[in-house]
Amino acid sequence: MAPERIVLRFSADISEKPIIYRLVKDYDLVINILKANVNPQKEGTMVLELTGAQYNQGLEYLRQEGVAVQPLIEGIARNESRCTMCGACTAICPTGALFIERQSMEVFFNEDKCIVCQLCVKACPMWAMEVQF
Amino acid sequence: MNTQKTYAEINERIKTGKAVVLTVEELIVLVEQKGLTQAAREVDVVTTGTFSPMCSSGVFLSFGHSAPRIKMHRVWLNNIPAYTGIAAVDAYLGATEVPEDDPLNSNYPGEFRYGGGHVIQELAGRKPIRLKATAYGTDCYPRREIETMITLDDINEATLFNPRNAYQNYNCAVNLSSRTIYTYMGVLKPNLANAHYCSAGQLSPLLKDPYFNTIGVGTRIFLGGGIGYVAWHGTQHFPSVPKDETGRELGPAGGTLSLIGDLKQMDPQWLRGTSYPGYGATLTVGTGIPIPILNEEIARYAAAKDKDLYAPIVDYSEAYPNRRSDNLGYVSYAELKSGKIIVMGKEVSTAPLSSYPRARKIAEILKQWIQEGKFLIAEPVQLLPSPEDKIKARVLNG
Ligand code: SF4
Ligand code: SF4
Repeated sequence: MAPERIVLRFSADISEKPIIYRLVKDYDLVINILKANVNPQKEGTMVLELTGAQYNQGLEYLRQEGVAVQPLIEGIARNESRCTMCGACTAICPTGALFIERQSMEVFFNEDKCIVCQLCVKACPMWAMEVQF
Repeated sequence: MNTQKTYAEINERIKTGKAVVLTVEELIVLVEQKGLTQAAREVDVVTTGTFSPMCSSGVFLSFGHSAPRIKMHRVWLNNIPAYTGIAAVDAYLGATEVPEDDPLNSNYPGEFRYGGGHVIQELAGRKPIRLKATAYGTDCYPRREIETMITLDDINEATLFNPRNAYQNYNCAVNLSSRTIYTYMGVLKPNLANAHYCSAGQLSPLLKDPYFNTIGVGTRIFLGGGIGYVAWHGTQHFPSVPKDETGRELGPAGGTLSLIGDLKQMDPQWLRGTSYPGYGATLTVGTGIPIPILNEEIARYAAAKDKDLYAPIVDYSEAYPNRRSDNLGYVSYAELKSGKIIVMGKEVSTAPLSSYPRARKIAEILKQWIQEGKFLIAEPVQLLPSPEDKIKARVLNG
């Protein structure tokens, strides 16, 4: 079974509970934590890959505990305050999602054309292209 | 009759609010409308701009003395080493310096997320910076270690001093090899799949004064959002005006400037820490230089358009790293800015590394400063070596 990628968001009170432990122990799921941002007493987020026969039961358990569960939709966003409109990303981007408007030479980002290949993320000298989960 | 204006006349008009100040883009339009002679007569000053990565940049910092005193022997700012082989509490932080524990290119291509240029940006932005220094201790400077937070306002001096900025012209970089390469010209895809250039073209300061008629030691400029000066010619200053086989000028190349200014007046918007994957960290510096239109010849060069200014196309997989001088031909900035050029018979997508919109903005800001009468044109106290001096680059043997 191919692993499912999901995003968890949980409130401060849940962040103290051993929910990951329960997923493994009670639902026999294989878990790969792709990204975690968990701080005691704060709202947290986690991106997981889950595999196992009791996948749906596991998700049901999370929801009962008050965890918001969403499928992972990766997206790319441009941090406008970091972008200097240099244009260095525009010949790297394979789809033309990042492009230069020729008269003004300003750089635009058309999200609809973006295939989330992430090539721009490393190529941008200002780290302005950010992966969003 | 050929116009002749003096610096004093132009400054008098600036002070009385009568000076005619245009950006390069506006001058180009005026010349098209009224002709060069008339434009040269009407215009007093033309402003240029560039916002590009400039590795040869850094800042001299003087921290002030602690009690007891320390003669700093090693210094780090946010974990980035600074050079302190000068007086006790002085140091020079270079734009391309990286942390000692940076994985560099061992995890190829390295990210170089944070370096000296990023510290300079944060200093200019009044962010707190962790200063750490160690020392061997002397009778007059007994302290051996200090670790504290500083901001730009807490320290005595911060002088941006960039040994080489504002490159007159630059290569258009391509990759003829079959693998992606990571260079200071950005990520170059294999098999001639993209071409990167790094100049504001017609807006770029030194492309507008090929013979260094007006830009010299002491020229007052826009530097990093504040007022700076040309300190000297830059390192690797080898100005020339290449010509094609027919003798036509391809626009100047090879000149550079050394720039100086007070970081305390500058703005982090115009000093940006920059990372080139697989290459290193650097600083993107905003620079704008006013050109006084003293005569028609100066106006003619200042009005040069993208289609008159050319960059050589250079292969960064073989020719550049091996210091071979061959190039793959010349291409104009008008062609580069169209988004596509032809190299070896193949259509190749182009992309700039130098922000044209920001260069335009700098030229506009500088124009405004001059129009407001708060920025006068400085006559150089000494002119810089020009193409006529025929300075040649030396080769490092070894
Ligand atoms: S490379 Fe980065 S800074 Fe430059 S235009 Fe693209 S997103 Fe903006
Ligand atoms: S992720 Fe890929 S497709 Fe999307 S903008 Fe970046 S380079 Fe273009």
